[in-house]
Amino acid sequence: MIYDKEKIVPGIVVFIVLFTFPVWYNLAFGSGEGAPKPELPAQEKQCVESKEYMRTQHMDLLNQWRDAVVRSDMRLYLSSENGAKFEMSLTNTCLKCHPNKTRFCDQCHDYMAVKPYCWDCHIAPTE
Amino acid sequence: MAVDRRNFIKITGLAALGGAAGKEAMDALAQSEAKFSPMDNALHGKRWAMAVDLKKCKKDNGCKDCIHACHSVHNVPDFGNPKDEIKWIWREPYEKAFPDQENEFVPDDLLHASAPLLCNHCDNPPCVRVCPTQATWKRQDGIVMMDWHRCIGCRYCIAACPYGSRSFNWRDPRGADAEGKPYIKEQNPAFPTRMKGVVEKCTFCDERLAKGLKPACVEGCKQAALVFGDLDDPESEVRKLLRENFSIRRKPGLGTQPEVYYIV
Repeated sequence: MIYDKEKIVPGIVVFIVLFTFPVWYNLAFGSGEGAPKPELPAQEKQCVESKEYMRTQHMDLLNQWRDAVVRSDMRLYLSSENGAKFEMSLTNTCLKCHPNKTRFCDQCHDYMAVKPYCWDCHIAPTE
Repeated sequence: MAVDRRNFIKITGLAALGGAAGKEAMDALAQSEAKFSPMDNALHGKRWAMAVDLKKCKKDNGCKDCIHACHSVHNVPDFGNPKDEIKWIWREPYEKAFPDQENEFVPDDLLHASAPLLCNHCDNPPCVRVCPTQATWKRQDGIVMMDWHRCIGCRYCIAACPYGSRSFNWRDPRGADAEGKPYIKEQNPAFPTRMKGVVEKCTFCDERLAKGLKPACVEGCKQAALVFGDLDDPESEVRKLLRENFSIRRKPGLGTQPEVYYIV
């Protein structure tokens, strides 16, 4: 038995509708504006690993590369995707195919509000 | 529980499975190790060292070729203030470079000469001992390496190094002075810069050795006064030079065993 049911239930409904408004409004009428659109390389079709892996794991991969190069003096990475060997280097490998930081890296980083500090030292190509 | 035949077979079977799984895991790990390899043309040494032929070097004492070669390729900033100076390779007058040479009289030309100085890549490096984060450590090939990712800027190594080979970034090396002149004249994008609060020094061009190239200062010297090589190899150019000439080292009494030799 709830007192004032006729006020409380619509109140809760109105609250839920208002609270979730941004979500369903975007689903219904959103233009997809603001979603990350990283610019893919024009020539290259194959990254060092699969697209799905790079999307979720590129930060771990870069950390592995960093440790392998600096601390173990290993310079080449064997891709499990196609068996090709790549030089492990952010500026000399990744940024050769993705030369535009704003249109590639920053797209998702800004969207996810992450601030990688790679660029404090590693130089991004001039755009 | 009395172990009957049935249980015994279960246990041994499970143990065998576990062992096989363990082996698989170990193999998988070993395979992931093989993902990384050095480059085919990398230079390998057991004890990298440098010999500086002062007889050749002092022909032109104002020459800064080796310094330019190194500092331009490694994005070494010039803060324009001697207190903040970042030094990978630099020149000092003979007396300052070799303060423990006790002879009252040395040849005039040597006395007025200046020697190019760099990190000595000591066999017994005091900087490595004191680093709390292992941001600097001695590699298998004798290079005293630095990991700028890991340096926290505590400057213990600067206090420990008796050669002044380590410099601290008191300011952001990517910045510019009051007149808007950038501290790094021309950035080399293939090599990182450092950031404020990080110690840096010469690394014997580890990134060039990995590609089969000699250090930048060695290539930059027109007099061929700098010679780089492996002391472990009796046939190396360095060993040959040291066999035929008398050489001195900086502050040998400290027991750091510097690996940069000066032929006087």
